[in-house]
Amino acid sequence: MKILYAFFVCLFLVSFTNAQERFLTKKGMISFFSETPIENIEAQNNQVLSIVDASSGKMAIAILMKSFMFKKALMQEHFNENYVESDKYPKATFKGDIIDFDNITTSEITLAIKGNLTIHGKTKEITIEAVTKKTDEVIEMTGNFFINLSDFDVKIPSVVKNNISEKIKVSFRLYHKTYKK
Amino acid sequence: MKKIFLTAFLILASLQLSSQDLLDILELEAPVTENIVSATFKGTRIVNGHSIKNRKDSELEFIISHRFGRVNTGFEELFGLDQANIRFAFEYGLSDNLTAGIGRSSFEKTYDGYLKYSLLKQKTGANSFPFAVSLFGSIAAKSQKAIAGNERTLAESLFYVGQVLIAKKVNSSLSIQVTPTYVHRNLATIDADPHDIFALGFGSRVKLSKRVSLNAEYYQQFQKLESINTRNSLAFGIDIESGGHVFQIILSNTITMVEKSFITETTGNFFGGDIHLGFNLSRTF
Repeated sequence: MKILYAFFVCLFLVSFTNAQERFLTKKGMISFFSETPIENIEAQNNQVLSIVDASSGKMAIAILMKSFMFKKALMQEHFNENYVESDKYPKATFKGDIIDFDNITTSEITLAIKGNLTIHGKTKEITIEAVTKKTDEVIEMTGNFFINLSDFDVKIPSVVKNNISEKIKVSFRLYHKTYKK
Repeated sequence: MKKIFLTAFLILASLQLSSQDLLDILELEAPVTENIVSATFKGTRIVNGHSIKNRKDSELEFIISHRFGRVNTGFEELFGLDQANIRFAFEYGLSDNLTAGIGRSSFEKTYDGYLKYSLLKQKTGANSFPFAVSLFGSIAAKSQKAIAGNERTLAESLFYVGQVLIAKKVNSSLSIQVTPTYVHRNLATIDADPHDIFALGFGSRVKLSKRVSLNAEYYQQFQKLESINTRNSLAFGIDIESGGHVFQIILSNTITMVEKSFITETTGNFFGGDIHLGFNLSRTF
C-alpha cells in the first residue's frame, strides 16, 4: 500500500511539473494580408490565445474572429457577417506538434509545426515554419504562411473577385510566458 | 480511510492534469470579452424610415433614391415609371456614434437634414445589454413656391421630427425595431390639422441569405391630418449587399422619403394597388 501511495505521489508530482512546463500567452498577435492590384486588405488580432506544452512539444492556438481589427469598419462588418460568419463560427483554432521541439535553444532557430487549422468550421492539415527560441520563462515564435480561402469554404462574390486575393498571407508573433495555474 | 481519499484524489488529480487538452486550457483562460452586436440592419434605412445603423467615423455615403408613381396607374403611365420622386443625399459619420445627413427630394422640392446618435448598443458577453437605442432628429423645409396669395415664410415651411429608435437583433437572421415618433409642422393647411402628430413605427429585417434580406416597415399614426385622407405608411424592401454597396428595392404606399411626409402625409392604399416601386442605391466612400 505504501509503495502504491508513493507511486501516486510521484505521478502527481510528475504531472504537476508537466503542468509547470506549459507556456501561455493571451496577447498573441496574428494578422492577415490580402494583396491585389486594386486594394490591399489587412487585419490584426492582438488577443490571440496560444499555449505550448514544453514536455511534449504540442501547441494549441485559439483565435476569436471578432477580435480582428480592420482599418475600415465596414470591411470588419463584412468579414464577420459575410465571409467567416463569426456568429456561427466564432473561433479559429490550431492544434499541432512542434517537430524536433527538443532542438529549441535560447537563440533563434527555425522549427516546423504540423497540425490542424480550423477556420469557418473547416479543418485542414498544414505544416508551417516558425522562428523560435526558448528561455526558462519565455517561448517566442514568429513567422508567416499562406492559406487558400477555398480550403476553408470562404467564398468571394464575383463583384469583389478583383479586390480580395484567394491566397492570404498570415503572420504571427507569439510570446508565451510560463503558465501558472 | 484518510489515505484512501488521498490516494483517490491523487489519482484523479494526476489523470486530470495529464489528460487535459491544450485547447480546453485556452477555453478556460479566454477572457470574457464584450461583444457589440453589429449588422442589426444593413442600411441606414429599414425601408423608408431610419434604422439604428450609423455611418462609421469619417465614412461618407452617397445615396440616390427613387420612388416611382403608383403601379395601378396602368400601362399609359408605364405602371408609375413615368413619374418619379428623386432624392439625393449625403450622409457622414462625425464619429462612430453620430451621423449627419442632408438630402434634397424633388417632391415639393424638399430639403432635409438630420442627426442620428447611437445612445446604447446591444451587447453580448461582458456588460451584456439586450437592445440598442438611438436618437434621431430631422428638419425638413418645403421650398416649392406656393400659389399666389398663399405664400409661406421660411418658418412656415419647416417640419420637425424626433424619433427614439429601439432595436434588437434577435438572432443572426432576425432583427426588429420599434420607433416612437413625434412630427411637428409649423403650418397647418386647415385649422383642423394637428400641428403635432405622434406615431409608432415597427420595422423588421429577415435575412434570406448571406447578402440578401427582406425588410418590412409600418408606421401607426395616433393623430391624422384632416385636410388630406391619410393612411399609415406600409413598406417592404429587399436589401442586396455587394461590397461597398447596399441596394434596396422597395414597394410602399408612399412616394416620399422624408420622415415628416411618409409618416403623416401618405395617402396610398397599399392593398388597393396604390403601390410605389422604388429603390435606394448607396455607395460608401
